[in-house]
Amino acid sequence: MKFDTPAITNPIDKGRVIGVAHDRIDGPAKVTGSAPYAYERHDAAPNAAYGWIVGSAIAKGTIAAMDLRAAEAAPGVLGIVTHANAGKLGKGNYNTAPLLGGPAIKHYDQALALVIANTFENARAAAKLVRIDYAPQDGKFDLAAEQDNAVKPPDGGFSGAADSAVGDFDGAFAKAAVRIDQRYTTPDHSHAMLEPHATTAAWNGEKLTLWTANQMIAWSVGEVAKTLGIPKANVRLVSPYIGGGFGAKLFLRADALLAALGAKQIGRPVKVAIARSQIPNNTTHRPATIQRIRIGADKNGVIDAIGHEVWSGDLPGGGTETAAMQTRLLYGGAHRMTAHRLATLDLPEGNAMRAPGEAVGLLALEVAMDELAEACGVDPVELRIRNDVQYDPEAGAQRPYSSRKLVECLRAGADRFGWSKRNAKPGKVRDGRWLVGMGVASAFRNNLVGKSGARIGVDATGKVIVETDMTDIGTGSYTIIGQTAAEMLGVSLDDIIVRLGDSRFPASAGSGGQWGANSSTAGVYAAAMALRAKLAEKAGYPIDQAQFDDGLVKMGNQSQTLAALAGSEGLWAQDSIEFGDLDKRYVQATFGAHFCEVGVDIDTAEVRIRRMGGAFAAGRILNPKSARSQVIGAMTMGAGSALMEALEVDTRFGLFINHDMAEYAVPVHADIPEQDVLFIDELDDKSSPMKAKGVGELGICGAGAAVANAIYNATGLRLRDYPLTIDKLLKAQMS
Amino acid sequence: MKSFTYSRATSVADAAKTAASTQGARFIAGGTNLLDLMKLQIETPTHLIDVNHLGLDRIEPTPEGGLRIGALVRNTDLAADKVVRRDYGVLSRALLAGASGQLRNKATTAGNLLQRARCPYFYDTNMPCNKRKPGSGCGAIGGISRSLAILGVSDACIAQHPSDMAVAMRLLDAQVDTVGADGVARAIPIVDFHMLPGDTPHVETALKSGEIITSVTLPKPIGGTHVYRKVRDRASYAFALVSVAAVFGKDGGSRFALGGIGAKPWRTPAADAAASSGAKAVAEAALNGARTTHHNDFKKTLVERTLASLYRHKEARS
Repeated sequence: MKFDTPAITNPIDKGRVIGVAHDRIDGPAKVTGSAPYAYERHDAAPNAAYGWIVGSAIAKGTIAAMDLRAAEAAPGVLGIVTHANAGKLGKGNYNTAPLLGGPAIKHYDQALALVIANTFENARAAAKLVRIDYAPQDGKFDLAAEQDNAVKPPDGGFSGAADSAVGDFDGAFAKAAVRIDQRYTTPDHSHAMLEPHATTAAWNGEKLTLWTANQMIAWSVGEVAKTLGIPKANVRLVSPYIGGGFGAKLFLRADALLAALGAKQIGRPVKVAIARSQIPNNTTHRPATIQRIRIGADKNGVIDAIGHEVWSGDLPGGGTETAAMQTRLLYGGAHRMTAHRLATLDLPEGNAMRAPGEAVGLLALEVAMDELAEACGVDPVELRIRNDVQYDPEAGAQRPYSSRKLVECLRAGADRFGWSKRNAKPGKVRDGRWLVGMGVASAFRNNLVGKSGARIGVDATGKVIVETDMTDIGTGSYTIIGQTAAEMLGVSLDDIIVRLGDSRFPASAGSGGQWGANSSTAGVYAAAMALRAKLAEKAGYPIDQAQFDDGLVKMGNQSQTLAALAGSEGLWAQDSIEFGDLDKRYVQATFGAHFCEVGVDIDTAEVRIRRMGGAFAAGRILNPKSARSQVIGAMTMGAGSALMEALEVDTRFGLFINHDMAEYAVPVHADIPEQDVLFIDELDDKSSPMKAKGVGELGICGAGAAVANAIYNATGLRLRDYPLTIDKLLKAQMS
Repeated sequence: MKSFTYSRATSVADAAKTAASTQGARFIAGGTNLLDLMKLQIETPTHLIDVNHLGLDRIEPTPEGGLRIGALVRNTDLAADKVVRRDYGVLSRALLAGASGQLRNKATTAGNLLQRARCPYFYDTNMPCNKRKPGSGCGAIGGISRSLAILGVSDACIAQHPSDMAVAMRLLDAQVDTVGADGVARAIPIVDFHMLPGDTPHVETALKSGEIITSVTLPKPIGGTHVYRKVRDRASYAFALVSVAAVFGKDGGSRFALGGIGAKPWRTPAADAAASSGAKAVAEAALNGARTTHHNDFKKTLVERTLASLYRHKEARS
């Protein structure tokens, strides 16, 4: 099904199942431990041996010598994979450094060997006996030191063009009545999902099956095939349950490749999980940024010139953190510029983490807006409303938004939060030992769409089965796909069986960039429309007169059950949704407004969030319960980025030194007392037949800036280097 | 984890004797620290002596009016003990500020005293660390050191002692009761129990080979208002950047011990003596000789501020 004209009224608009809050249909399997995760496929590969990854102890250089004798002689060892015996390996399109290093070493903890043994403990112990002599080389590990050497990266990929310019930014900025010109920094972040990267691999002749934790099945089939040099047809990925991803599992990583190589070497299934302490340096992370924002406005805060420059770093061939992208779209202003510059660093490779670009771009932009509001003496909510724009401000009015309810979000969110009680003067509100402040920030995240397929069938009992390689990374995909099928075929959610995450199923958009929910349910919609036609035809009813209700296909007073129409063979249909150019003709994006109240200890500068609230517009909300979970989870992650999360770079050794969950702090329950989420009614007919948009990443966008702005309102201390920790607050206070 | 053998001690004397006579033996109690370190091969014992069944899990009054806490009393039980809550509130509060509920259910009194450093360079076996590998150097000096110690440090090591409980024990002048390999009991004042790193940061306590902790004894209660204030990057489940254990006496006499800033739980007579002069004077006295890095110099300010908070806000004391 091609989606190239705006949606009209369709079966989804009934809103009988879709749009109603439902518990996760996979919940019971998860809480009873019967949902199989990648490392626990005892059912599929009961005799799997255990692999343990040996990571590089240096950041850059080569292997001078490798001595495996002691490891090979250790108890239970079945084999060791290294570059020397792995055969010729390709490199996937989405990997920057080879997943199996050697002789060249590209980053700290790059996998250099997989030790396979009969038990996990034996594999881990033997891995310590692999002796590697290194020939280290000097590397570059300090983004600030490399800032001046950063270059304009090539256009394309997810990044689009590196630079943009409209009008005369420099001239307009120089003439502006009010000018903001500030530098902000954000550190490297780790995804810190609960389940580590993990894979169980088995070969059957030339055929490879990987039970793995992966967000993007179709991509990764191609990546496995390319890396191993085998046909895609010989690769099967199975990923029905995933314990969180946040972008960490978008790609093929060392667990899957090395499990496959190990299983081949020993002729027996092998499973590999990347150890928690290896994840930050072995896998990908969100790259650090340095950002400069300049805003020129009139005395009323109306923006005339806006500029955002971003510097980030990556391994040679790596990508940029596209943190200025939202600045191209979010606020008006006739004169504009953005630029991304990329430095070469020899740190582990950077890549996507929840809302790549916006998550850290808004940590800067939305603080700059707060600074502008104060400089103009305009309320920060009002300032954002004054600078609202209903079209792409770079392209002009001929490219409108498909729907944009930022102003509604700001107003409704402010009312609900009690924003009017905020004292605009910083440092004036006291509650016992706490200085109390409120902050606001806009939320903005693009709505991406991608081709997505599914097949759907009815069996002889009337049960409806949906199959697609879409993944559920904890987001609730099972449930919204089930809801879509139930709505389309007029059955209850209890009559739906959803099967996900298997490359034998039709290729979906996968989970990433908050494109999954809208795209994959639209794919199910397309397949269901095809099945409705088949059912109607079989019933002998013209499709335009057939009604699908209560497990029946009806026309007038006549009806037939789905079960009877399906017959003993069942009845199946398959289709994909393919998107035309509606996302080119219209800007498609999701919006929201974050509000936060913090307390800052008058003496110790401890920051405690007292309340978070927000209003969000993201098209049709398919399942308000799981959508709310997505938003509050993302708000929590935003709070982490504001207050505590940072991979600490040791620039001497070239690694993230705090590489475990004791030292890389993410918020705990005690950090997040109360979160309120309001969804603003919105249907986006340009987005998909579902009229939905993504919501999984919107909640992190701007959340941390609202915290930072609340800290300023509480204390009068403006910090621009994240995370905003006690040491920085104390230093700011004393200077 | 390297292979190891395991035995259950039948008596305290047996445990101590076995430990002294077995190369590479370690006691195991709650295992909340040791097992993690064994998985990383930072600790590589060849033999584990399980001391969980020796009956060292009682809390009982002493003839002197104090309290004897068995070495194997779990942190959760100790924090919840009625006498501890009534007479030694600072200890209960320090315990509850540490770790998580699950860890406190397993962790023991003696094990808490013996927990090892939380320096990231200690934890990464590719990095230099004199504590883990004597003579290899200190990765933290010149590296990432925001959480590390500023008092009692040396050129060989700047790791901080991570315990909350031990800070309260130090404040209360606890003594550590042990039995040696020769079967002889001794009592070590807590001030002498933890060693400063000097040139030998791998030597962390005064315990001799085989010597086993049987209990920790608190002197009779000193009254006053008991406070434990822990300042950290998140609201729970994090090690202290700075912590202050304090008892404010009715007669103006007060005492202070600091956590998160010292190579061992930190208490100085001069700081206690300055109590009547206020937070700034106490901080100055306590921080005498502090050696900071550009990452952790804020801890000096934070010690003073935390003390000031305790002096200023009555509600923060409880």
